[in-house]
Amino acid sequence: MRFVDEYRDPAAARALVRRIATLSNGKRFAFMEVCGGHTHTIYRHGIEHLLPDGVELVHGPGCPVCVIPMGRIDDAIAVAEQPGVLFTTFGDMMRVPGSSGSLLDAKARGADVRFVYSPLDALRLAVDNPGREVVFFAVGFETTAPSTAVTLRRAKAEGVSNFSVFCNHVTIVPPIKAILDSPDLRLDGFLGPGHVSTVIGQRPYRFVAEQYGKPLVTAGFEPLDILQAVEMLLVQCAAGRADVENQYTRCVVEEGNPRALAIMAEVFALRPHFEWRGLGFISQSALRLADAYADFDAERRFAVPGVRVADPKACQCGEVLKGVIKPWQCKVFGTACTPETPIGTCMVSSEGACAAYYNFGRLHREAALSVGARA
Amino acid sequence: MCLGIPGQVVELVDANNQLAKVEVAGVRRNINIGLLDDVAIEPGDWVLIHVGFAMAVIDEAEAARALEGLQLMGQAYRDEVALVRESRIA
Repeated sequence: MRFVDEYRDPAAARALVRRIATLSNGKRFAFMEVCGGHTHTIYRHGIEHLLPDGVELVHGPGCPVCVIPMGRIDDAIAVAEQPGVLFTTFGDMMRVPGSSGSLLDAKARGADVRFVYSPLDALRLAVDNPGREVVFFAVGFETTAPSTAVTLRRAKAEGVSNFSVFCNHVTIVPPIKAILDSPDLRLDGFLGPGHVSTVIGQRPYRFVAEQYGKPLVTAGFEPLDILQAVEMLLVQCAAGRADVENQYTRCVVEEGNPRALAIMAEVFALRPHFEWRGLGFISQSALRLADAYADFDAERRFAVPGVRVADPKACQCGEVLKGVIKPWQCKVFGTACTPETPIGTCMVSSEGACAAYYNFGRLHREAALSVGARA
Repeated sequence: MCLGIPGQVVELVDANNQLAKVEVAGVRRNINIGLLDDVAIEPGDWVLIHVGFAMAVIDEAEAARALEGLQLMGQAYRDEVALVRESRIA
């Protein structure tokens, strides 16, 4: 059994793979892994080649870099290029293309764009540079939103008036619902995101089981975690059950992190709708700053174009993000679109399905084909 | 940004701003532990850190596992560690 030998506990992995084969019993199953971190693990460790022919893992929209639409990148660049602005961003966002280049291109043109590890580092830059307008490009699901919220609370408490946030935080539940409502896909269940669930807990996923009759198992990030979660999904399917279960009990508890949720509720408000790359506008799927924090809202402090920009015609990130096609089925994958010269977001982030497949998955696939395993 | 990196708490440095010094990726940096307010954090504890914030308390075995997984990521992890080293949270 190729690939398994490099796992932490090969014997346990083999046992899970055998059990998955028995449970699936030749039938077809499609499970969506919502989180980009899971996509990375799956391709990094060749997990898809360990599963029986009928058991397919479908990549979902849970990569925050990947789902940011081009228009928001253009808005970020417009803010970054205003006089006096020191624009701060997580590393992943720097190379995401907008309609006329990326933040890295804006930096080359003279904009002061800097990487930061934490929103608290951006706040520190504002304190250290009182003559500059420091803007933080906030992206991410509920994993990073509480960090932005705590930073804003501190900025307000300390009266750091030259600090603001360009808020692009998104929430995980609305896109899951959008995918369940989409006619394109036939899914039998979900691998729930790990780190997001440390914040939101398990309850927000109940509708998946109760209203749509699909099982969901929150999973950790090790290969064994993924295999075990697939096994738990198949156990539910075999029993005709649809429940929300937790494989990642090492980090995730049922009620999540109430303190993080309370701080988010204080600092953010739901946007009526927000555009997602590939999924279009989804209502109540993103966060803006609450009115009490209006002074720290970069969208109110600076003029942003706010123009909707269609994806490049050649780019099929939308279909990849919905799980309709696999990365290698995209027309420009690996030719016009590579990690060095990405056309679409999925090729930028290490958690994007295309970049993960480009860097790791295709090697496993070639190896698997060469030994006669399934493609 | 989505990488959760394990770190071990060295000391609590600023109760007001809820900062602790942690040993993370071979360096000592300040992080915020305020999101774990209901949990008593003590030196020696392991936490999972996202963008300078402790998001979960984990045990040493989980920390070792998480670190092993991160190291297998290669460049993405090295990029994140480079940013951690630049971090100057105070």
